Amino acid sequence: MPSSLINMSSIRSKFSNALLRPDLGAIVGVILVFLFFFLVARDTGMFSLEGSMNWGIVSSQFIIIAVGACLLMIAGEFDLSVGSMIGFAGIVIAVTSVVWGWPVWLSIIAAFVISMTIGSLIGYITVKTNLPSFIVSLAFLYILRGMTIFIAIVSTKKTIIGGVTEAAQNDWLAPIFGGKIFTGVFEWLAEHGLIETFIAGTKAGQPVVSGIPMMMVWALGLIIFAHFLLTKTRFGNWIYASGGDAQAARHIGVPVNRVKILMFVFTAFCATVFATTQVIEFGSASADRGILKEFEAIISVVIGGALLTGGYGSVIGAALGAVIFGVVQQGLFFIGVESSLFRVFLGVLLLLAVILNTHIRKLITGPK
Amino acid sequence: MSDASIMKLKDIHKSFGNVDALKGVSISINKGECHCLLGDNGAGKSTFIKIMSGVHQPTTGQISINGKDTVINNPRDAIDSGIATVYQDLALIPLMSVSRNFWLGRELTKKVGPITVMDFEKCNSILMSEMDKIGIQLRDPNQSIGTLSGGERQTVAIARAVFFGAKILILDEPTSALGVYQTSNVLKTIEKVREKGVAVVFISHNVSHALAVGDKFTVLSRGETLGTALSGEINFEELQSMMSGHKELSELKNKK
Repeated sequence: MPSSLINMSSIRSKFSNALLRPDLGAIVGVILVFLFFFLVARDTGMFSLEGSMNWGIVSSQFIIIAVGACLLMIAGEFDLSVGSMIGFAGIVIAVTSVVWGWPVWLSIIAAFVISMTIGSLIGYITVKTNLPSFIVSLAFLYILRGMTIFIAIVSTKKTIIGGVTEAAQNDWLAPIFGGKIFTGVFEWLAEHGLIETFIAGTKAGQPVVSGIPMMMVWALGLIIFAHFLLTKTRFGNWIYASGGDAQAARHIGVPVNRVKILMFVFTAFCATVFATTQVIEFGSASADRGILKEFEAIISVVIGGALLTGGYGSVIGAALGAVIFGVVQQGLFFIGVESSLFRVFLGVLLLLAVILNTHIRKLITGPK
Repeated sequence: MSDASIMKLKDIHKSFGNVDALKGVSISINKGECHCLLGDNGAGKSTFIKIMSGVHQPTTGQISINGKDTVINNPRDAIDSGIATVYQDLALIPLMSVSRNFWLGRELTKKVGPITVMDFEKCNSILMSEMDKIGIQLRDPNQSIGTLSGGERQTVAIARAVFFGAKILILDEPTSALGVYQTSNVLKTIEKVREKGVAVVFISHNVSHALAVGDKFTVLSRGETLGTALSGEINFEELQSMMSGHKELSELKNKK
């Protein structure tokens, strides 16, 4: 009798543990979204190699900023300056490389150093003043956007700075952000007729999809890094604790301020990765790039099961939230639905996710 | 007597701006003894334990540990000197698992190649055996603290402090939010801990809980000590009236 009893209860506990995974909602969401588009958009080419690349790249963009926002939110803070940071970092790269003539690798490093310094400043102000990071980073949303436009106008009288592609030729660092990998594999596949090739034009005979863009590699790399950091290391334990209850964490000796500031730096790092991949890909930087990205990142994280109050969430969930984002946005395009409806969908999804998360939190923290 | 003393605080004053929270509090804490610090709300209990645990620094006054004058600059210093504090509601983080909470700040790690990771296997197995010793049935080390009852949370927090070598355990109102059954469990835990030779400082405004486990009773009122009595020297009514009426201990003794 006892053995069967134990089995039952352990099965039930495993089942309820699975239910309490932060990313459960996002896993179900991803399945539903793919199922839906597979049923309605199968014939549109959405799931061909080229079509998949399309939503894959968009999803990767969302993932890159969502990963940063995820760790920061679990640590109990927000960063609303992500979108402005993207515009800012892009303009820094373009101005220093195109206008000032720096080598592109130096421009990229400069952009990372400056962004991450500003990220640490946002974090420092937040922990020192004890103000909500919502307000502190909102200030930087405006400060950075204003600075970005100002720098662009002062140095070139324009808000779009082109010519990065030319400057980046033979650069060693630029391909790490804007290049593609496995191009040989795709050429081989094309030669053997396994994937589509261009039929006419200058690229005739070359594969339509010529490789995996570095943006996807960065997205994957950041997911692995952040997930590992959060779930496997002691620093990850401190991230949970800083967001779960900063005071309790401080009393036990966790360097909460350091953890939070570092997470602001990481968010800035992710924003700069996003900016750099875009600048290298497009060959230009625009002062209005990244608008609303901070909210898209936060929404991905929330869809991924993180609590707005901190201390709980999952990198995998945030990444899946970003995939839902990317697939729906591009999927609506494939099936020819008016794209404005995407925002309606997003709003509804956000609301559902927050309600679900709040409910799950009650299950975890118990009746009290 | 003085041999057993491991921590002494003498004439501690603490002001916050114009407010004098403590106006000369002295207390001596002995090994293996449960010292109850009683007082009404606002008596200065919280400020006093925050000084003991390094959160605040006294404006004036002396602290000595094992006979040596000591300055406790921050909570880390206190922990390093063997002083552990279990706060009434700040003890644990409800969204995190029991195991992550237990090891927080002192995570066991191992090397996987060049990378240092948490050693969950070891963490979890030690946790399970420690929980077993203290009488908590966990079904899974990864279940969240939020799934435990208030009394179990206090017990986990106490077990954690003792496991990590606390010599002086400060308990801030551990029973104030608990029901009768859970309170008795926590009081039993305190007894177990004391038997191990740990000094317990039990902060409460509940006289009957204090009398159930206390060896010594010090009453605080308006930032001052009204006196210290040994178990058996004083009864419920006397303690109660001291806490509420600010009568000096000597006054009560003279009446006898």
